[in-house]
Amino acid sequence: MSTTPPESAAQIAASTPPGWFRRAAQSDILYSFRRSPIAMVAAFVTAVLVLAAVFAPFIAPYNPFDPSSLNLMDGFTPPMSSSFAGNYFLLGSDNQGRDVLSTILYGSRVSLFVGISATLFALTLGTALGLAAGYAGGRIDSVIMRIADIQLSFPAILIALLIFGIARGIIPPSRQEGMAIAVLILAIGLSNWAQFARTVRGATMVERQKDYVSAARIMGVGRFTILFRHVLPNTLGPVLVIATIGLALAIIEEATLSFLGVGVPPTQPSLGTLIRIGQQFLFSGEWWILFFPAVTLIALALAVNLLGDWLRDALNPRLR
Amino acid sequence: MKKLLLTASVAALVAGALPASAETVRWARVSDALTLDPHSQNQGITHNFAHHIYETLVDRDVAGTLIPRLATEWALGDDPTVWVFKLRQGVKFHDGADFTAEDVVFSLDRARSDKSNMRQLHASVESVTAVDDYTVHVKMTGPSPLYPNNLTNTFIMDKTWTEANNAVTVQEAGSQDDNYAVRNTNGTGPYKLVSREVDVKSVLELNEAHWAETKPFVTKIEYTVISDAATRVSALLSGEVDFVQDVPVQDIERLSSSDGVTVTTGPENRVIYFGYKFGDAPLKSSNVTDKNPFNDPKVREAMALSIDRDAIKQVVMRGYSIPTGVATPPFVNGWTAELDKYPAPDIAKAKALLAEAGYPDGFTVTLDTPNNRYVNDEAISTAVVGMLGQAGIKVTLASRPIAQHSPLIQNAETDFYLLGWGVPTFDSAYIFNDLIHTKSGHYGAYNPGGYTNPDLDAKIQSLGTEVDVAKRDATIAEIWAVVQADRVLLPVHNQVLAYATKKGFNIAVHPENQPRIYEMTKD
Repeated sequence: MSTTPPESAAQIAASTPPGWFRRAAQSDILYSFRRSPIAMVAAFVTAVLVLAAVFAPFIAPYNPFDPSSLNLMDGFTPPMSSSFAGNYFLLGSDNQGRDVLSTILYGSRVSLFVGISATLFALTLGTALGLAAGYAGGRIDSVIMRIADIQLSFPAILIALLIFGIARGIIPPSRQEGMAIAVLILAIGLSNWAQFARTVRGATMVERQKDYVSAARIMGVGRFTILFRHVLPNTLGPVLVIATIGLALAIIEEATLSFLGVGVPPTQPSLGTLIRIGQQFLFSGEWWILFFPAVTLIALALAVNLLGDWLRDALNPRLR
Repeated sequence: MKKLLLTASVAALVAGALPASAETVRWARVSDALTLDPHSQNQGITHNFAHHIYETLVDRDVAGTLIPRLATEWALGDDPTVWVFKLRQGVKFHDGADFTAEDVVFSLDRARSDKSNMRQLHASVESVTAVDDYTVHVKMTGPSPLYPNNLTNTFIMDKTWTEANNAVTVQEAGSQDDNYAVRNTNGTGPYKLVSREVDVKSVLELNEAHWAETKPFVTKIEYTVISDAATRVSALLSGEVDFVQDVPVQDIERLSSSDGVTVTTGPENRVIYFGYKFGDAPLKSSNVTDKNPFNDPKVREAMALSIDRDAIKQVVMRGYSIPTGVATPPFVNGWTAELDKYPAPDIAKAKALLAEAGYPDGFTVTLDTPNNRYVNDEAISTAVVGMLGQAGIKVTLASRPIAQHSPLIQNAETDFYLLGWGVPTFDSAYIFNDLIHTKSGHYGAYNPGGYTNPDLDAKIQSLGTEVDVAKRDATIAEIWAVVQADRVLLPVHNQVLAYATKKGFNIAVHPENQPRIYEMTKD
């Protein structure tokens, strides 16, 4: 009785599924990432800014969100100099004696938190509605997509302002400031769901026609299982791209709302609030109050946007 | 220079008999007059513009003193409820009609008619009669010793002109009403309206027939609206305008140091203060839910000791404010240097007082502040949040435009707020009536804190009818003593105004921010 020759070690390795780390290392995405210097720089800038924001309480020389630690007499100190009261400010201090560097670090936290939360909210809402519209079709599809069309015909910032105004009208004045960030996330999220809904609907309609969906349906798989186990994963590529670019837009939108004075309270400034405060002092020569927050906002929004751009190309099979 | 000469000579040719020094002043402001109907809006910017076309019976100079204008003298008559006004003779309206007593009767009646926005200033007028062509009797419902103070913005129109143009009914403020007087004028003032484009530009030209002996050197005014502060300042720097009335404090230094610009600063008749809720009911925005911390005098004293007014002046206001310890500007009857004193900040004592009051760890509260009404209003509030924080009071700042801030004040929906108060009558009674008196009827409209003191209310009401000046002043002093002892309000400073002009043009700062171009002088 002859024994079958043992399979070579190489064959064994090829047949067993590789670990997630190896899978990632060999993926097309990482290959494309390593070939794109822009993506690498953008990822680096994003990572630095996000880490700086997350660890702000450990990095920042001062805590600008604690009003009791501020000394008004530190106000308007130029960059890289010490104030009248003897405190040193690398990037200068603003009109309230807040350290601009610390305020940027803490402000980026607010901007990123609002941006990410709003994008996740928009993503969840938009994906759910898009799946429903694309899979159900007919009247449900028409209603959802007409609402999305109406919303897309207005600039997002107008819708956010509208939602913000309504929320302010409903919440009693004594609670408004405590809920300001939640309202901001709601307003920005609700003004951005339509993009997600459109994309997911399109992808769902394509997937719905495919044989594997029909097969699953014939086998008696439930509607929700089909939607979430089978259809949803196949629509996530484009959603990821929109989410990344949407994050950059949400950060800018938050900055715009705060610049217009309807965002976060002035005692907890985000990047947009800092820019609003700083622009008053351009004529009088205190350029640093505006300049550093503005550069940070541009760097953050640009880096996230470039990452989104690269991701779109990397996930597009036609461009590979 | 050549161009200037050419312009001047062309202007002289066109105008014919203009004085040798024909001069145009381009005047930029943050917003436009709301209407030209002189009794439709009781609003500073509207009155400021109207004062160039129309005139009032009495006026105020830059020191705040009442001075004659269309009335040459005024006094209480034999009946102490009748004010007698002697009118200026030989005055003509722009259309050539004579100014007489019947125009005054007509205008005062129009100003106190139902649709007029000026009517509250004439609420105690019973009737107005012309005794002869140049004497008018104003009969009051009771003794009204301060009535002439209320007349500084009530403009006199020509009866015949207004009737002929169907403009007898006043354009109601905030309505879609319209009449001939909204866009056309016929006053006795030193300038005539030439053209007007609402919210953009109005042009005024010197009235050669004006009664004043000294003629203004400005023969033409171009009033331009530039709402953005930075644009307004750049327009002056680039020579597009000659006079900017609303200069942001942070730009004063820059403008002062530029060649070709003169900046004039002076105190405004307006105090900036904080107010808080009185009464036992717990605050809506506080973590203390069983009582009202502000109702404890120790807490109010601790707050007064936490605020560093000099630091606010130096950093937030860049030196352009007058810190004060009393909620009245120095222009006002009743103000004294003694009341004006304010305590040096003492955080340690403030903390001790809070601990004594039962708040060793402080408490939380929300501060409501406007962000577009007073000079650096939001920045003042932000600074105060920090100062109170050092004493242990954790304040959340709610910053809103004045349009959303005002309803909170008027409906008493605020626990802690910032407000500014101007005093057009230059008398403490105006402050007491609205800020100190219990909120009821005509009184206490701006007392959202709900401070109430029946004794004080009686004294405040007595001021309206007291004719003995010495006795009245004594009552005012008594009221201020109680207001200060109870710390009803937490004053910060009196506002300072800044005007910027092209070098060579001089204009004094007017305490009610009502500068007159006809008083402008040239080096």
